[in-house]
Amino acid sequence: MLWETIRLAIQAIFRNAMRSFLTVLGIVIGVAAVIAMVTVGQGSAKQVTADVEKLGANSMMVLPGQDPMMQGPGGAGYPMFSMKDNEKVQRELDSVVLSAPVGQIRGVVIFGNESRSTDVAGTDNRYFEAVKWEVAFGRLFTDNEVQSGSPVCVIGETVRKDLFGFANPVGETIRVKKLSCEVIGLLKSKGASTFGSDQDDFIIMPLKTFQRRIAGDNDVEMLFLSIDPNQPAEKVKEEVEILMREIRRIGPGEEDDFTVMDMDEIAGILSGITAILTGLLSAVAAVSLFVGGIGIMNIMLVSVTERTREIGIRLAIGAQGHQVLMQFLVEAIVLSLIGGLIGIALGLALAFVGADLLSVPFTPEIGIVALAFGFSALVGVIFGFFPARRAARMDPIEALRHE
Amino acid sequence: MADTALIDLRNVSRVYGSGDIAVRALDDVSLQVKAGEFIAIMGPSGSGKSTAMNVIGCLDHATSGSYLFGGVEVASLSRDQRALLRRHYLGFVFQGYNLLPRTSALHNVELPLIYKGLPVAERRRTAMEALSKVGLADRAHHDPSELSGGQQQRVAIARALVGSPKVVLADEPTGNLDSKMSLEIMTLLKGLNEDEGLTIVMVTHEPDMAAFARRLIWMVDGRVERDEPTKGAK
Repeated sequence: MLWETIRLAIQAIFRNAMRSFLTVLGIVIGVAAVIAMVTVGQGSAKQVTADVEKLGANSMMVLPGQDPMMQGPGGAGYPMFSMKDNEKVQRELDSVVLSAPVGQIRGVVIFGNESRSTDVAGTDNRYFEAVKWEVAFGRLFTDNEVQSGSPVCVIGETVRKDLFGFANPVGETIRVKKLSCEVIGLLKSKGASTFGSDQDDFIIMPLKTFQRRIAGDNDVEMLFLSIDPNQPAEKVKEEVEILMREIRRIGPGEEDDFTVMDMDEIAGILSGITAILTGLLSAVAAVSLFVGGIGIMNIMLVSVTERTREIGIRLAIGAQGHQVLMQFLVEAIVLSLIGGLIGIALGLALAFVGADLLSVPFTPEIGIVALAFGFSALVGVIFGFFPARRAARMDPIEALRHE
Repeated sequence: MADTALIDLRNVSRVYGSGDIAVRALDDVSLQVKAGEFIAIMGPSGSGKSTAMNVIGCLDHATSGSYLFGGVEVASLSRDQRALLRRHYLGFVFQGYNLLPRTSALHNVELPLIYKGLPVAERRRTAMEALSKVGLADRAHHDPSELSGGQQQRVAIARALVGSPKVVLADEPTGNLDSKMSLEIMTLLKGLNEDEGLTIVMVTHEPDMAAFARRLIWMVDGRVERDEPTKGAK
């Protein structure tokens, strides 16, 4: 009987194929939008995680200030770190494998007639190791260069492309502010991060060179730590915090004037942002589903009126009210499920293209597809009920008389 | 038991509206129909014959009086129970055929069986038998729009018969047909009554058609004015 009802519904829907298609368009768009948004959103979240992995799993950053993600670089008045702080962390904590001091500003680099505004950083070789960054051409710093503060630098792929085109940059001399420094290495490209920031847009020199010739102070803006993967991150973080409080002479009860962030935390924050965006966009898509539902209700009401006579015939030959109700309800559900299926296909196609354009992985999930399918059925039930009930309550005599 | 009326209307009135605009479509009608009868209800327009038909068919209900179908008080049944009564005991033939458009003759005839819950194969077979009985086995897969009026009415008769009802109610079954086709339909109904003992209640305004029945009810102003055997009994 149910199968019979479904077959009947499909027949009725295809009898008016064009109208049915236009009716389900709202559902199609709604479902497609939800699927596309969520799928691309999840792809982005995965990408964030992958980016963080690239940056170095098991790594932490120590930054001045209480909420550095929000207040941006510079620490907003909080005291910076020093080289001594960094060495103390490196020396005293067994759980910290590497501690790299990092100084950083924005600056313009010039070669010949070409110039580019980029991130200018000072550090030492521990940083490259902690971030798992490899050399494509040339070499990293020698100990001597680090200790003496030689005017040498390694550059990222974007800077190379801008300043040198296709030429080999190693051995050339570029200018950063008033410093002329020799390019000794080119790092392997990491590509764009999830949020489109270019990870290859930088030049890096020894910290001492940076402090003396570029920044003009002895500040270290960040400690980049590589931690022992066998230690729980929570515990390491606590150890670092205790040591930093000691270094910065923060008394008991006083608040930290620095922040230790581990990469999982950063990944969490970034994924959170992605999730919020996905949620907002999905809410918009849900409105579209609602509008689509109203479209279905409208056309079902038209259909019930058009088929008044049919309803009369069915009631006369012995159909009960609930059977007529089921007939029209199933029709509404099948209609919106067809819309849902088309929407799912379209949404996955959009997500595939979108993921490609944003260069995030295409990660369709059966859960969200099932959810969309279920939701379109629900739309059919909710918006099909009223028209179906109207059909079921018809007076057979009136209905048979209907022209 | 044989004497018990299948259809038993006792002092049935049907009033539409109320107060000054109230219309007494049926006014104190008493009528008994036994199994195997073939009766024709005639009367001028507005005489209440269609209302009588609707009340007998359990599509409408009496305002007062009592209607027993097979001994059951119809007024005591719920809407759904009346639907079940129609499903299992009644068959309808309408003036305008009332077939589902864009639906094959076979499927139209199958319709009551779907509600009876018969499995597909049995349904198909039973529907084909009914179509054969009305001589349309070869038109089973045609849509109503591809059939003549007489053929459509025969499909409708097959649909009325397919559930083996106790009574077939025919409301102006020849109203839309020319005289040759009307004759065909009436011969068919008469044959069903005589050969299979099918009880038929028919409303018509054509004396020629009423003559096929064995008993004639003449209604005027919602009342039964005459109740007599037909003369011809063709």
